Amino acid sequence: MEIKAILLSTLLLSTSLATAETVFVTLEKDNAIAVVDPIAGKLIKTVYVGQRPRGIALSKDQQTLYIATSDDDAVIEVDANTLQVKGELPSGEDPETFAINGLGTRMYVSNEDDNQVTVIDLSSKQAIQQVAVGVEPEGIAVSPDGKWIVSASETTNMVHWIDGESHEIKANTLVDPRPRALNFTADGQQLWVTSEIDGTLMVIDVASKEIVRRVRFSVPGLGQEKIQPVGVVIDDKRQWAYVALGPANRVAVINAQTFEVEKYLLVGARVWNLAFSPAQERLYTTNGVSHDISIIDLENHKVTKSIAVGRYPWGVAVKP
Amino acid sequence: MIFNLLRLFLPLMLMFVAFFSGQGLAETKQEIKIAYLTQEKQVPAALSNLEPFIADKGLQGALLGIKDNNTTGQFTGQNYFLKQEIVPLGADVKLAFSALLKEGYQLIIVNLPAAQLVQIQQLNNQALLFDVATRTDAFRQSQCLQDVLHILPSRAMRADALAQYMLKKRWNRWFLVVGATPEDELYAQAIRRSAKRFGMKISAEKKWLHSYDARRTAQSDIPVFTQVGDYDVLVVADEQGLFGEYISYRTWLPRPVIGTQGLVATAWHRAHEQWGAVQIQNRFKTLAGRQMEEEDYAAYLAARAIGETVTRTQSVDPTQVKAYLFSERFKLQGYKGKPLSFRAWNGQLRQPVLLAAPTSLVVAPPLEGFLHPKNELDTLGYDQPETHCQ
Repeated sequence: MEIKAILLSTLLLSTSLATAETVFVTLEKDNAIAVVDPIAGKLIKTVYVGQRPRGIALSKDQQTLYIATSDDDAVIEVDANTLQVKGELPSGEDPETFAINGLGTRMYVSNEDDNQVTVIDLSSKQAIQQVAVGVEPEGIAVSPDGKWIVSASETTNMVHWIDGESHEIKANTLVDPRPRALNFTADGQQLWVTSEIDGTLMVIDVASKEIVRRVRFSVPGLGQEKIQPVGVVIDDKRQWAYVALGPANRVAVINAQTFEVEKYLLVGARVWNLAFSPAQERLYTTNGVSHDISIIDLENHKVTKSIAVGRYPWGVAVKP
Repeated sequence: MIFNLLRLFLPLMLMFVAFFSGQGLAETKQEIKIAYLTQEKQVPAALSNLEPFIADKGLQGALLGIKDNNTTGQFTGQNYFLKQEIVPLGADVKLAFSALLKEGYQLIIVNLPAAQLVQIQQLNNQALLFDVATRTDAFRQSQCLQDVLHILPSRAMRADALAQYMLKKRWNRWFLVVGATPEDELYAQAIRRSAKRFGMKISAEKKWLHSYDARRTAQSDIPVFTQVGDYDVLVVADEQGLFGEYISYRTWLPRPVIGTQGLVATAWHRAHEQWGAVQIQNRFKTLAGRQMEEEDYAAYLAARAIGETVTRTQSVDPTQVKAYLFSERFKLQGYKGKPLSFRAWNGQLRQPVLLAAPTSLVVAPPLEGFLHPKNELDTLGYDQPETHCQ
């Protein structure tokens, strides 16, 4: 009887461990990443990684964390289990953020100070090309089919469409001032782009490369200049999209079919980047100025928790 | 090595793409001619050698703006050219300006003192001028200059920014110390206007008179000079920097110093790094080999304002450029967290004003709580109902 109970509890424990995900957050001013257990709502530890870490993502096999340490001019490879630095990629100067293609073979890095996108072959760890783009490239994404790499330049105010094969710019879409983040819908038909200065979200049709929809935000009692959209994510079913509104301290919940803003969720100060949990039942936000992350329950669209992580949380990645 | 080669070939490749893809890329490049007019300056008197005299203040900012425009231009089929007209000391600026007009320049960045700006503006009949030097309130309020856009914040905007912060800190009683130059008096006038506007009290005011008496030193003089009864904050008006630096830490009562020294109100500051400012500070340092100054920032914005307009309207006609700059569609990213635009009534660029200590940015007014029915940036400086400009 007793043995059974122990066995049962061990079983329960191991299943709960198996389902619990780990959240990694880059801390821009702490030169470190925070490792968070979101289910327990706890900061597990903080690990030094290098100067001014910003962009962060997991490899396709989830075993490697890639982190852009901007002031070290590198993208480093960190073992996602031991958190030991195991290598470095030739990222070019001042890498801010990056995207990895669906196959997990190529990485595309925004070099903000150099007006370039560096293409890295992940198996050989070689930079195979640099593509000249507009001034201050930041947001970068790869279409689900790998056909397009899109790069947003903050001062040129353009989205550049880079061919996934030839790495040539095939088209440019002029967008609202200071585009920050962008993301494709899972079906690859739309590209969603935020403009920080104009306070807008633009939906671009991938086929025509034209803006087909502009979403504006308005929060009662809050000045329009506080609304500065940054991170944007769309769920796989294209049912809901979420936009971080920066110093408005809110995440906008958008019906991705009607493009109506249905709700504004109050999170921490200067909310920056967003990431889904693996099954998309939760959303994690980095709140730059309040030095914490917020957890949003996506079933009820409610903020359930905030966890202090360190100074200037910037990027977020989730390991199942 | 391979990257250097790539860098060489990329523009060619891009032109190839431009030629054949056609999407958003013109086949022949549109040439945009911009002129930059300034005059050499005499090295002014200075208090310390820590801040060397910078001869090309403004010009480097314009060059960076042109460079950024051309990076964009490679995708839009536009090429920006900057003609530098640097008039030697003692020569006539009016002649140089007329020559620029004759050569067909219609978009001119002007870095000249107030008196010379008025002189050339009187000769102007076709160009749009971007003033990147004056802070003169008269140009924004009574003596308005047709077809001149003022990029730097006026003295009134600076004083209002300081006043908002002093009000927030409840530093309500000000001791105003005014230098001997006419510009110092203009700065003091702006401070007095702000005090009245925000309901603050100038509890004492004194003029700082220069003396060459060797027995008077900063250590001995300022404690005596500042015995004026109680006050909360000392506001100093010394635009040239001839004595203001001496005041901090030497006052009779321990009080903060604010104004042209101490906590300063400025359009740009080397300590500023929020809202992407780090990026432009780095770009500027790489280009110019020094820190970015206010005039550089203004000239950069002037070039970028032209770039934004041309990219979005494809027009270089000064009337159309002005119409776009004054429209609601124009929103310029200026690394200060808010979209910048122009006040159509006086051509002043709306912008936050930075309040900075030597190595740290303290705050960037307009501050929260200072409300305005149209745009909170208009809580700084002369608002539409207060101006006689049309």
